Amino acid sequence: MRDGAPEASAPGSTPVGAAEHQVSELELDRRRYRQRASWRSVLIAVSSTIAFVVVVSLVVVNTPGWDAVKQTFFNWEIGRDSFAGILEGLWVNLKALFFATIMVAIFGTLLAVLRSLRGPVFFPLRALATIYVDLFRGVPVLIVLYLIGFGIPALGIFGRLDAALLGTIAIALCYSAYVAEVLRAGMEAVHPSQRIAARSLGLSHGKTLRMVVIPQGVRKVIPALMNDFVSMQKDVGLISVLGAVDAIRAAQIDVAQTYNMTPYVVAALLFVAISVPLTRLTDYVAGRMNVREQIGGTV
Amino acid sequence: MNVLEATNVWKAFGDNTVLRGVDLTLAQHEVVVLIGASGSGKSTLLRTINLIERIDDGRLVLSGDDISEPRVDADAVRARIGVVFQQFNLFPHMKVIDNVTLAARKVHGQNPAEARAKGVALLERFGLGEKVNDYPDRLSGGQQQRVAIVRAILTDPELLLLDEITSALDPMLVGEVLDLVRGLKESGSTILMATHEMAFARDVADRVVFMHGGRIVEAGTPEQIFDAPREPETQEFLARVTHR
Repeated sequence: MRDGAPEASAPGSTPVGAAEHQVSELELDRRRYRQRASWRSVLIAVSSTIAFVVVVSLVVVNTPGWDAVKQTFFNWEIGRDSFAGILEGLWVNLKALFFATIMVAIFGTLLAVLRSLRGPVFFPLRALATIYVDLFRGVPVLIVLYLIGFGIPALGIFGRLDAALLGTIAIALCYSAYVAEVLRAGMEAVHPSQRIAARSLGLSHGKTLRMVVIPQGVRKVIPALMNDFVSMQKDVGLISVLGAVDAIRAAQIDVAQTYNMTPYVVAALLFVAISVPLTRLTDYVAGRMNVREQIGGTV
Repeated sequence: MNVLEATNVWKAFGDNTVLRGVDLTLAQHEVVVLIGASGSGKSTLLRTINLIERIDDGRLVLSGDDISEPRVDADAVRARIGVVFQQFNLFPHMKVIDNVTLAARKVHGQNPAEARAKGVALLERFGLGEKVNDYPDRLSGGQQQRVAIVRAILTDPELLLLDEITSALDPMLVGEVLDLVRGLKESGSTILMATHEMAFARDVADRVVFMHGGRIVEAGTPEQIFDAPREPETQEFLARVTHR
């Protein structure tokens, strides 16, 4: 039980049963005090938040250029007219996110496994994976997008390729490198005794990885993986630089026609609308894992 | 045929020589208990037999097969040996039943339904029938260790290695685990175990082996070792652990 004293006094919540134990006046007094204290904290938090928002709004609204900014960035009519087109573009982003996630899951895991191979026989594979990860973690995503998006078609072996597809591949290649490092950290965090136990049962190296090490390793790094997922969610917007008509490109087209920036704000809000639930989900998952791993103790 | 024949086994970790020419034989259905201070080489000997550690010299023969031979398939050898560890080492992400049937399903290629039926039967026999679908972290230490034993014996290994399986347990829970081992002896398992439970060793062992400084100093029946130890190291060790 946390500070939530009221729950403790609720009927039926004490395992021994209310009839068996009469809560002392001393404890009731403590519970009353805690309740008063918690109301006071809530009150302070709410009033300080309101005060902050009011002050910031007043400052912004009273700046000399506010009217021009309002007209350029927060134009209701232009925003409303561009909404449908941007939403359609967002569908391209969501598809890119979906396929990139699958590619990253497969390729990232493969890289993590290759990097954790031991023994001199595997040196070439290990070195290759290491070079890959170093390279793609170091190069800015935008440059990878240009290299893949304009370089692969220039080879002239695949014919015409969809810009969104090339963009998705480029994003997946970059994030595979990030995710591989996260996964490798998770796999290394699995205690060696787990490997020994699995090998002692006769499981091969590969089966030990697949059934014992990877499942536990992934669990350990779920919050970090979710974090990468959320940041990939917004980075799929970069595929617009290759000419794919996604949310950002759709907004850009509207901006070019109206000379007004509002469509960008609309696109931004749509991206936020996707990322907020994902971020909350990440927090929830991380919080639940913390609770499970730190039994007892509220500090 | 002997289940295990270890001859002149040497093992060093860097400069630290842990096994110095160990000779040990286990006949079928024999229970041999290794005693000795921490660092005397008991655990290392068990780990070399299971091929978790590679020996530096000597020979290990399991039911007639030389398992110290480099061409041997280590996974196949390990599949023939059951091991239980001090720290249980259950897989925390798998239910109890999946822990105990993993080797049967994934190594021995048994039908999952049959493996499950056998697992449930064994768990029930050892008083764990209600825990079949629980995760290991919901079990007490004694229950976890009993699950680990079931996991080790489910595929009927030729040899069972028990490495100080009660050392991490609350004294209240030691009994339930040792009773299970007693049951295994009665059903004919061949067991090599390292332990600090002297009373249990005296009760259950066919032969007690005292190790000191990586060597087998003295071996014999429990009565010989505990009542009339010949070597001074054995006498000193027993005096310390039994507070006489």
